[in-house]
Amino acid sequence: MAKLFEYQGKDVIKKFSVPVPNGRLCRNVDEALEFFRKLKSPVVLKIQLWKTGRKKIGGVRFAETEEELASHFKDMMGMEVDGFKVDSILVEEKLNIKKEFFAGIIVDDRASKPLVLFSSIGGTGIEEIARENPGAVVKFHVDIIDGLQPFMVREKLVETGLEGKELVKTADVIVKLYRAFREYDARSLETNPLVLTEDGRVVAADCHMVIDDYAVYRHKDLGIEIAREFPRPPTELEKIAYRVEESDYRGTFYFIQMVEDVPPDGKHIGFHGAGGGGSMMSMDAVHNGGLIIANFTDTSGNPPASKVYRAAKIILSQPNNVGYFASGSGVASQEQFNSARGFVKAFLEEDIDIPAVLRLGGNYEELAIEILDRYLKSQGYKVEGYGKDTSPDECIRVLKDMMGEKPVFHKVRPVEEYEPEGDEYKFETMTGKVFINHRVCVDCEEKPCIEACSRYGVLKLEEGRPVLALEREEVKKGKCTECLACEIACRFHGKGGLHIVLPIEGLKEYREGLIEHNR
Amino acid sequence: MSIIVDSTTRVMVQGITGREGRVRTKLMKEYGTNVIGGVTPGRGGQEVEGLPVFNTVKELVDNLGTPDATCIFVPAPLVKDAALEAIFNGIKFLLIVPDRVPLHDVLEIKAYAERFGARFIGPNTLGVLSPGKGVLGMIGGRAKTAREWFKQGSVGVSSRSGGITSAISYYLSREGIGLSTIVHVGGDAVVGLPHPEIMKMFQEDPETEAMVMFGEIGTSQEEQVAELVKSGVITKPIVAYIGGKGAREGTRFSHAGAIVEGGRGTRESKIRALKEAGVRVVDEFMDIPKAVKEILGK
Repeated sequence: MAKLFEYQGKDVIKKFSVPVPNGRLCRNVDEALEFFRKLKSPVVLKIQLWKTGRKKIGGVRFAETEEELASHFKDMMGMEVDGFKVDSILVEEKLNIKKEFFAGIIVDDRASKPLVLFSSIGGTGIEEIARENPGAVVKFHVDIIDGLQPFMVREKLVETGLEGKELVKTADVIVKLYRAFREYDARSLETNPLVLTEDGRVVAADCHMVIDDYAVYRHKDLGIEIAREFPRPPTELEKIAYRVEESDYRGTFYFIQMVEDVPPDGKHIGFHGAGGGGSMMSMDAVHNGGLIIANFTDTSGNPPASKVYRAAKIILSQPNNVGYFASGSGVASQEQFNSARGFVKAFLEEDIDIPAVLRLGGNYEELAIEILDRYLKSQGYKVEGYGKDTSPDECIRVLKDMMGEKPVFHKVRPVEEYEPEGDEYKFETMTGKVFINHRVCVDCEEKPCIEACSRYGVLKLEEGRPVLALEREEVKKGKCTECLACEIACRFHGKGGLHIVLPIEGLKEYREGLIEHNR
Repeated sequence: MSIIVDSTTRVMVQGITGREGRVRTKLMKEYGTNVIGGVTPGRGGQEVEGLPVFNTVKELVDNLGTPDATCIFVPAPLVKDAALEAIFNGIKFLLIVPDRVPLHDVLEIKAYAERFGARFIGPNTLGVLSPGKGVLGMIGGRAKTAREWFKQGSVGVSSRSGGITSAISYYLSREGIGLSTIVHVGGDAVVGLPHPEIMKMFQEDPETEAMVMFGEIGTSQEEQVAELVKSGVITKPIVAYIGGKGAREGTRFSHAGAIVEGGRGTRESKIRALKEAGVRVVDEFMDIPKAVKEILGK
């Protein structure tokens, strides 16, 4: 989920006229001092991290003098919490608090409606408040068609003992928060505390906002880099994978590392799942077999072969793994030969040095297994393909057998890019380029590339040379599905004059760094 | 009998001229589903698989009568519009296939569906299939494989994972256990008809003798099923499996989420609730067919 930092959340609710403290996000002490001098009143400093309980770890501090401010600022900038380094601090006016409330809006999945939560006691966790002071808490659903009117909120707030101006003002703020929640596709929006100040203002002293990942595209102004929840900053490899995911809408691709540096303990394997449920079931089998997944990957939703290829290349960028396991539900509706060809291209390029078990059960599984057998296993690689009638547990037993007593630890190779001769015939696909060296094609009698492409009809023969049968624009837009069949056919049944280049931005440099580091 | 779809269900396809729409229309037709036509705004007058294409749902309804169900295959950002178009035109059952539909759009669709007395499966669903009768969506991939994999019988399947819907159904069929209807409820946090609703439908279906439910961590769907069993609303036997044993504990919801769910949503809490209600929970996925056989006394 795309979580916003406190200052980002406050920027959002400010647009809906929710009062927030006068403040500034500061990246260095000079900025903080400048703000303090202008404000001329005590301030609070808050680290900007997704972490509750910041006070306990010294992430929230108060300052009344320039010296105090500078000293706290320097201390706090050095902090590291859960792998995140503090790189900015929100400096705000210190509020004169009369009362603290809690106000939040979340999506209640059970009722499938927004749920407003309010407590006339705030500051601590809402769960504690509800336990200790149930009378202070109200919650009510909102009909998303009717929306939230101020009277609806007032009717509920009186139950918690609110009255007078604070009743009216608080209800007004909650309605504005609801508008922000709706407009920005929030999964949750909480202010804890919502503060009633001595001078009678109702101010959001804190703000936690989580945007729905699937709606981030509607809110480009938020500048969310990776619309996904990470318990820590994303690793370099995860960023590379995310760029692949983002740049190709066909099918799903998800990659997360369980460990950034795989220990050479002979237990870690690269994991390549397909589909949420099937991946989980397959991970259970890994776990039951006493092995550990180094990463979690999911390519599903009928991805093109090129996407599976890139996923495999990224998984094989993790050194020290002793095996590779791909498995989904086993009875996939997607066309499994695409995945098979993705694996073939990746494993051949990588000259894969560890055993792999690929369970590609489902639609066209016979063809998928045949592809693996023919182009990997028969070529001497330790690769086994299975279908729906082989369980994940059986696959893991096979993988462990293949690993043997003394497993091989995967070594990451430099990325080798195909360098075409200057005058090769070439065309672009959705995410890559195809090069055909017609000088090689002259000696090729079979022309297996044409047969391999017959399903899509992108290639045709012209004066004995394979060329595009369709408009370049159409091909680039997706008429070529990047199924990789032509390249594999050319390599094994032709003369090897056809090459498909599917770049992965940043992977070459990443691997160079890794190899340098391990030297 | 079966639930949601059989050979008499009149089905339209929204987004019928798109890549997915075309392929899945072919699958549905070849499997025997009664697909009557489709809609793609701006493509009225064309034909797909010999079926008429209309610009609007209203046009289709005026020409062919109101379909019983629609299958939506438009891109995620356009789903809300397509779903509301169907609901406002009186269609009472929607299958929403696309993944990544914004949550607030789903909330709106659900609110309007309730107002108009419509129901929907999805989003992010592979679909619904009643063996030998009909399929909505894309279960099986091709009619040939769908026929091979899924045998007709009396066990209802409901799953939160698409692949697992097919997997459970195939492994049951392989063991000689036939199926009444198989349902992928959809993978998202908020779906139209979650497990408890599907279980109630199976309860009322005379052909269904027992149910299999595949659950996952997150949401309170499985706990709700446990409540229905406990309170006697559901009396037919259920075999349940909850995935995610090896999954690392994710950061789950906000604090406010916890107060609503009251500690629900973990694998352990789901298993506990189901077992307490007397539901048969199996520990290994591959034990599902055996457990179903025992329950059916086969």
